[in-house]
Amino acid sequence: MPQVALTVNGKKVTVDVEGRTLLVELLREKLGLTGTHVGCDTSQCGACVIHLDGASVKSCTMLALQAAGRSVTTIEGLAKSDGTLHPMQEMFREHHALQCGFCTPGMVMSAIDLVQSHPEGLSEQQIRHGLEGNLCRCTGYHNIVKAIAAAWPLMHGKTMPAAAE
Amino acid sequence: MYDFTYQKPASVADAVKLLGADPEAKALAGGMTLIPVLKQRLNKPSALVDLADAGLAGISVAGGTVRIGAMTTHATVANSADVKKAIPALAKLAGGIGDKEVRHRGTIGGSLANDDPTADYPAAVLALGATVETNKRSIKADDFFQGMFMTALEPGELITAVSFPVPEKAAYMKFPNPASRYALVGVFVAKGPAGVRVAVTGAGQNGVFRQKAMEAALGKSFSQAAIADIATPADELNSDIHAGAEYRAHLVGVMARRAVAAAG
Ligand SMILES: Cc1cc2nc3c(=O)[nH]c(=O)nc-3n(C[C@H](O)[C@H](O)[C@H](O)COP(=O)(O)OP(=O)(O)OC[C@H]3O[C@@H](n4cnc5c(N)ncnc54)[C@H](O)[C@@H]3O)c2cc1C
Ligand code: FES
Ligand code: FES
Repeated sequence: MPQVALTVNGKKVTVDVEGRTLLVELLREKLGLTGTHVGCDTSQCGACVIHLDGASVKSCTMLALQAAGRSVTTIEGLAKSDGTLHPMQEMFREHHALQCGFCTPGMVMSAIDLVQSHPEGLSEQQIRHGLEGNLCRCTGYHNIVKAIAAAWPLMHGKTMPAAAE
Repeated sequence: MYDFTYQKPASVADAVKLLGADPEAKALAGGMTLIPVLKQRLNKPSALVDLADAGLAGISVAGGTVRIGAMTTHATVANSADVKKAIPALAKLAGGIGDKEVRHRGTIGGSLANDDPTADYPAAVLALGATVETNKRSIKADDFFQGMFMTALEPGELITAVSFPVPEKAAYMKFPNPASRYALVGVFVAKGPAGVRVAVTGAGQNGVFRQKAMEAALGKSFSQAAIADIATPADELNSDIHAGAEYRAHLVGVMARRAVAAAG
């Protein structure tokens, strides 16, 4: 059986997998990191979004072996060891950006990538477009958009440039 | 998914050798089409040959040509300062494919090899008169696309790069399927070394095609007015749950005029 060595949430792991094992299966079933969800399993819903070397990707549409040697961050890897939440998690809580919570891990991972890749600021329109790969059946998205806008200044350590708002 | 062996060769030559040795083996690029297909058990390859380490990613601009390696992701093309400067319409097209998670993995080579009739890149390749480079030869855009999900690629032949001549002006307009973002209709208009070319994706029963009546009219006068009365016959267009052929024919006109306006 092939083995895959990668870094997950800062820890190096080596795991036995099959060729066909998906990255999300490795995370959930082999490593017990069940924060990453499977919603559609057809690459549409974004519940399975994780970071691969910092970029958001759908872990249901990647083989575990494709992640060899790479660094994966899941929702479990965001909070500090003392339990302090990541600013994006904190803003999701503050702005009531979740109801059932099923989409939330993927939303948060996707949102962090969106904010990090837009140091010049983000308009509401850009936030909505940036969430095209994430479906939520509960919230209607408004509070998710608010939470992301509120996390931007916290993550960049300055106020959002006015032009972007 | 049926199981398969997984290989990640370190060069194109090794990838070609692995694919040549086993007719049941398949190339793997971003996996954004192939993995969903495997999950549905629509395909049963014996082995996947991952091209990730074969040295096929990267963008270079020289001598009026933008050359994009087959494994370059949509996100890289969309964000490339070089592409934005040389062919802004191409960067914009790449930034409008699917969603950002798909763009982080999906590649230009995978998209062209797959030749989905509703994919975006085929319109750019055909309208810009690009050349598809493989491990064996160079294929002109006009010869590459051969129908729905059909290309000139031979079994085991790999796309290595795509070379786009820099146009004088160009624009792409798509009416996206609101759920998938694939093109219900997409029109790429370019004025360049090969004259004016208009390529339509999403609409044709045989995949991407050139709207030659519009090309001729725009060649005389590059303006919205020049193509205002040019209809696209509906009989060779797709009808499905998303749109009928008549509506698609109408959208070709609307998207073409918007693209002409955007190209300026
Ligand atoms: C939710 C979602 C939305 C999408 N929306 C859009 C959209 O709006 N517009 C659009 O155009 N596309 C869209 N796509 C498709 C996406 O653009 C993918 O990039 C494309 O499907 C295939 O590229 P890939 O790199 O993932 O290839 P893969 O899935 O890895 O491979 C596809 C096929 O090409 C072959 N192949 C791959 N690379 C090569 C090569 N270098 N040489 C020869 N053969 C090769 C493989 O063997 C396979 O048969 C979407 C996909 C998803 C999942
Ligand atoms: S579970 Fe991966 S996109 Fe829905
Ligand atoms: S909170 Fe229920 S799916 Fe988003």
